[in-house]
Amino acid sequence: MNGFSTSRAGRLIVRLLPYAWLLVFFLLPFLIVFKISLSQVTLAIPPYMPTFDLVGGISGLMDSVRQLSFENYAFLFSDRLYVLSYLSSLQIAGISTLLVLMIGYPIAYGMARSPRAWRPTLLMLVILPFWTSFLIRVYAWIGILSREGLLNNFLMSTGIIDAPLTILSTNIAVYIGIVYSYLPFMVLPLYASLERMDESLLEAANDLGCPPPKTFWVITVPLSLPGIVAGCFLVFIPAVGEFVIPDLLGGSQTLMIGRTLWAEFFNNRDWPLSSAVAVILLLILVIPIMIFQNMQQRQQEKNS
Amino acid sequence: MISRLALVAAMTAAIGTTGAVAQENVVNVYNWSDYIDEEVLQEFTQETGIRVVYDVFDSNDILETKLLAGGTNYDVVVPTGTFLARQIQAGVFQELDKSKLPNLEHQWDRISERIARFDPENEHAVNYMWGTTGIGYNVDKINERMADAPVDSWDMIFDEEIVSKFADCGIHLLDAADELVPAALNYLGRDPDSKSDEDIEAAKELLLKIRPYVQKFHSSEYINALANGDICMAVGWSGDVLQARDRAEEAGSGVTVEYSIPKEGALMWFDSFAIPKDAPHPEAAHAFINFMMKPEVAAKNTNYIFYASGSEGAQEFIDEEILNDPAIYPDDEALERLYTVSPYDPRSQRVLTRAWTQVKSGT
Repeated sequence: MNGFSTSRAGRLIVRLLPYAWLLVFFLLPFLIVFKISLSQVTLAIPPYMPTFDLVGGISGLMDSVRQLSFENYAFLFSDRLYVLSYLSSLQIAGISTLLVLMIGYPIAYGMARSPRAWRPTLLMLVILPFWTSFLIRVYAWIGILSREGLLNNFLMSTGIIDAPLTILSTNIAVYIGIVYSYLPFMVLPLYASLERMDESLLEAANDLGCPPPKTFWVITVPLSLPGIVAGCFLVFIPAVGEFVIPDLLGGSQTLMIGRTLWAEFFNNRDWPLSSAVAVILLLILVIPIMIFQNMQQRQQEKNS
Repeated sequence: MISRLALVAAMTAAIGTTGAVAQENVVNVYNWSDYIDEEVLQEFTQETGIRVVYDVFDSNDILETKLLAGGTNYDVVVPTGTFLARQIQAGVFQELDKSKLPNLEHQWDRISERIARFDPENEHAVNYMWGTTGIGYNVDKINERMADAPVDSWDMIFDEEIVSKFADCGIHLLDAADELVPAALNYLGRDPDSKSDEDIEAAKELLLKIRPYVQKFHSSEYINALANGDICMAVGWSGDVLQARDRAEEAGSGVTVEYSIPKEGALMWFDSFAIPKDAPHPEAAHAFINFMMKPEVAAKNTNYIFYASGSEGAQEFIDEEILNDPAIYPDDEALERLYTVSPYDPRSQRVLTRAWTQVKSGT
C-alpha cells in the first residue's frame, strides 16, 4: 500500500516538474518583466519606479500598483521605429528560416539515406560546431567576409572579381550568419523524422509506377512534416530575437528588434520601455504558435 | 522553445548582477579596455599585497546599466564625466575619503576644476585620464584623394563635398550620440551642449547628409582599421587614434596615421575613478586610486596608452614626445577651444537616441 502511494507521489512529481520549470523560468521572469514594463523611468538604482516595497504594507503596495500604467505600450505604437523593427525582424527570420530549410533538407535527406555505418559520424559532424563558442564562430565570419577578408582575397586571387565585395556590415552578412548558425537546429529534427521513415513505402510507390520526384513530394515530404515544423520553429523563433549576429555582422541599417531593445536598455537606460518591447515580442511569437498547435490538435482529433 | 525565450528574459532582467566574488584583500576594478599598462597592476599588488581583479568595458552605456542595476561588486569604476554626473545624481557613488588619498596633491587643478562641473567639489571622483574627440586619418590615402585636404577642420567630416571624396576608402564614426551630436552642433555654430529638440534635429539633419559616406558607426574597431589601412578616416578618441598610429609604425606596413583636434573646437572628456556605494572593499579601492595617482605610476600609464593624465605631478616622468604632442596635451590656445557637455535628462536622451538611430539606420 505504502509503496503504491510513493510511486504515485513520484509520478505526480515527475508530472509537475515541467510545470515547476515553466513557472520558475518562464512565468516568474515574465511577470517581473511585465511589471517593469508598466513602470516609469527614474534616475536611481534600479532605474524605474515604483519598486514594490513591502515596508509600506498593504496600502503602500496599493499605491505602487496605482502608479503602473500602459503608457509605454502606447508609446511603442506612436513611433514607427518599433513596428518597423518587429516587421524587419520577422522578415529576416522568415527568409533565413526558408534558406535554412532549403539547405538543411538535402543535408538531412542525404544523411538519412547514407549507409547506416556512416550515420553516427555524419551526425557528429553536424553537432561538431557546437564545440566552439557561438560567439567565436560568428566572429570568424568577420574575418571571412570583411573587405580584406578570406573570401574577397580568394575571389580576387582567382580572378573572379576585380574589386572586393562589400558583404560585411550588410543584411547579406546577417543572412549568412543566421543560416550558418542555425543550420544544425534544422538538420537534426529533419534527420530524425527522415531516418524513421519506412523505406518500403518508397519501394511500393516505385513498384506502382510513381516517378521518383513525385514520390518525394507525395510521400517523403508529408512524412517529414513534423521534422520540418520542429526545425522551422527552432530556427525562426530565436532568429527573430537575434542580437549577436546582426550586431557583429550587420550594418548600421540592419534593423532588428534585438538591437532596438538593446538601444532602449543600454543607450536610453529605459528599462520600462525595453520591457514593453520584450513583452510584445513574446506575444508576437507565442500567440501564433499557440494557434498553430491548437489547429494541429484539432486536425489530429478529426483524423482519429 | 518557450523556456528558451524565458531564459533570455530572465537573463535580461538579471543583467549586471554578475561580478567578481567578494574576498578579503582584493580590489575589483572595472576599467575601459586597452586603458592601462598592466604592469602597474602587479606593482600595486607587490606594494600593498592587495590582489586586483581586473575587468573591462568598452562603452559608458554598459557601465551605467550595470551600475544602475546595483550589486555589481565592483570597487573602482571609471565613468566619463557626463555619465559620472548622472550616476552621482542616481546615488551610485560614495563620497571619497580624502584622508586616504594623499596623492591627491599631485592632481592637476586645471582638470579637477573642469570636472567639478560634473562632480561638484570633486567629492566622488578622481581623474584618471582625459582626452579629446577628434579626427584620425591615414595621411597617404587622404593626400592621394585631396592634396590640400583641410585636416585641421571638421569640414573633413561635415562638408559634404569634402567628405564624399573619402567615402571610397572608408570612414568610421564613433557610435556615441552624445559625442557626435555636440560635434555637429559645434560645427553648425550652435551650442554643443544644447539639449533642445530643435538643435538635436538640426544636428541630425547634418549627420544624415554625410551618412551615405560613413561605412560604420563603432567605438573601438577603428583603432585596428586605421592601423591596418582598412579605413582612411575616423572620428575617434585621441589616445585610441594615437595607439593606431603607434601600431601602424610598429607593423612597418607604411601606413601613417595622424590625429587632429579640429580648429573649430572639439569635445574634451574626462574619465575618472569612483567607488560605488555598495563596493565590498572600499579600503582597497581607496588604496588603488591613491596608487594610480602616484606620479610615476600615472606617467607609466600615459606613456603606454597615449592619453593625457589627470596628474600634474606625473608630467616630469612622461615621455617628452607625449608631453609635447599637441594632439595629447593641447597648448593653451587649443585648450580654449575645447568644450565639455553636461548630461542629458531622460527626455532629451530619448530624443537624442532616436535621432541617432535615425542617422544610423535611416528609420
